[in-house]
Amino acid sequence: MLAKRIIPCLDVKDNRVVKGINFLNLRDAGDPVELGAGYSDQGADELVFLDITATIRSRKTIVELVQRVAENVFIPFTVGGGVQTIEHFDQLLRSGAEKISVNTAAVKNPQLLSEAAKRFGNQCVVLAIDARRSIKINNKWNVCIKAGSEPTDIDVVEWAKKAEQLGAGEILLTSMDADGTKEGYDNELNRAVTDAVNIPVIASGGAGTLEHLYDAIVKGNADAVLMASITHFQNYTIKQMKKYLKERGVPVNL
Amino acid sequence: MIVVIDYDIGNVKSVCNAFRHIGCQVKLSNSIKDIERASGLVLPGVAAYGYAVNALGDTAKVVKENAENGKPLLGICVGFQLLFEESCEHGRHKGLALIAGSVISLPKKKIVPHMGWNLVQFPENMQLFNNFENGRYFYFAHSYYADITDKEAEIAYTDYGFNLAAAVQKKNIFGTQFHPEKSGKQGLKVLGNFARIAERGF
Repeated sequence: MLAKRIIPCLDVKDNRVVKGINFLNLRDAGDPVELGAGYSDQGADELVFLDITATIRSRKTIVELVQRVAENVFIPFTVGGGVQTIEHFDQLLRSGAEKISVNTAAVKNPQLLSEAAKRFGNQCVVLAIDARRSIKINNKWNVCIKAGSEPTDIDVVEWAKKAEQLGAGEILLTSMDADGTKEGYDNELNRAVTDAVNIPVIASGGAGTLEHLYDAIVKGNADAVLMASITHFQNYTIKQMKKYLKERGVPVNL
Repeated sequence: MIVVIDYDIGNVKSVCNAFRHIGCQVKLSNSIKDIERASGLVLPGVAAYGYAVNALGDTAKVVKENAENGKPLLGICVGFQLLFEESCEHGRHKGLALIAGSVISLPKKKIVPHMGWNLVQFPENMQLFNNFENGRYFYFAHSYYADITDKEAEIAYTDYGFNLAAAVQKKNIFGTQFHPEKSGKQGLKVLGNFARIAERGF
């Protein structure tokens, strides 16, 4: 039976891991390579590195970072932030990334998903969705782009379905409303998307307690849970998370 | 020396890094000279099947000849799938045909891709799993799988709603559908076992 995955997320800015609340108020959380290797040793199932500055200059830095991570980390890792072209995919995969996540570029040019899937296989194409709850309509979410700074009219569930058809192999679903609050994942959002697609969905945004992880998996039907604040600042170890889930009957690689 | 076949596809470096990490001499190359001299060959693969076949090009023949002459060969993920006769990923593509079988798409009853850590059960005599306790987790990420028909092949399985081929051995030819280079300590151990097989010769 496939294990549910625990995935620490490392938001990278100027070669440091940072963490904010609702995408703002960033705090320093350490060295990305050191943190990544540490999580790998502790038994994390996967890692996600997001270049949150995503400028032309940071592109070079992130490639170098990926190379250093790949020399020290022997679990899969996804890299995202500012990926716009097939060449970017190629460069990051060649540097040692297992999967590449795209958000803004896929919204602007959905064909990027199918081109990447055709060349690299859909298992390495991750669609990142930053979702914001609609104020007007109940249980409806809109896609935000450009690191959450630009809202669109695109419906999250519809976009997820379309992306699956185009070739995305996984969805990294972040609730912007819950992100960094430590008040729990948006499981209505998770459930709406997991019900609509047949590719794995990683729940992201809001993890604060062990029960939140369990809820995202059981209530949200997520295949994996992503977290940052609660691991970087040592609230819980990976082992504690897995032990808790295992005791409650969730299959984990422990 | 182990030679990891360098063809124009993603993530060949991770395999080299993993071998280096466990103290093995490894070279990323596609030169005939290096392939001939190697004690073992690794065919990695993060790519779509058709793309990988084209990218491998004439090197395929050299790899196949060396494997048929007894050189240990390890195919990983799409490299594992290339060991079989053909695949239907985005069209029909011929593989190396070192092991009888074909590569077909995963049934959509479960989530596809099969992505994440799954338990692998192996028959006792599979050398990649020397000194392993049975039932270990390895990392998978694929949408197609090998339907193996070769009577001489030993097969390790994982459960994904059916018995899915997780690893194969036919004499000196080895393959893993999972990524040993991304499967933490257990994965490094599999690579170590292959390195030892290559060292002492098959």
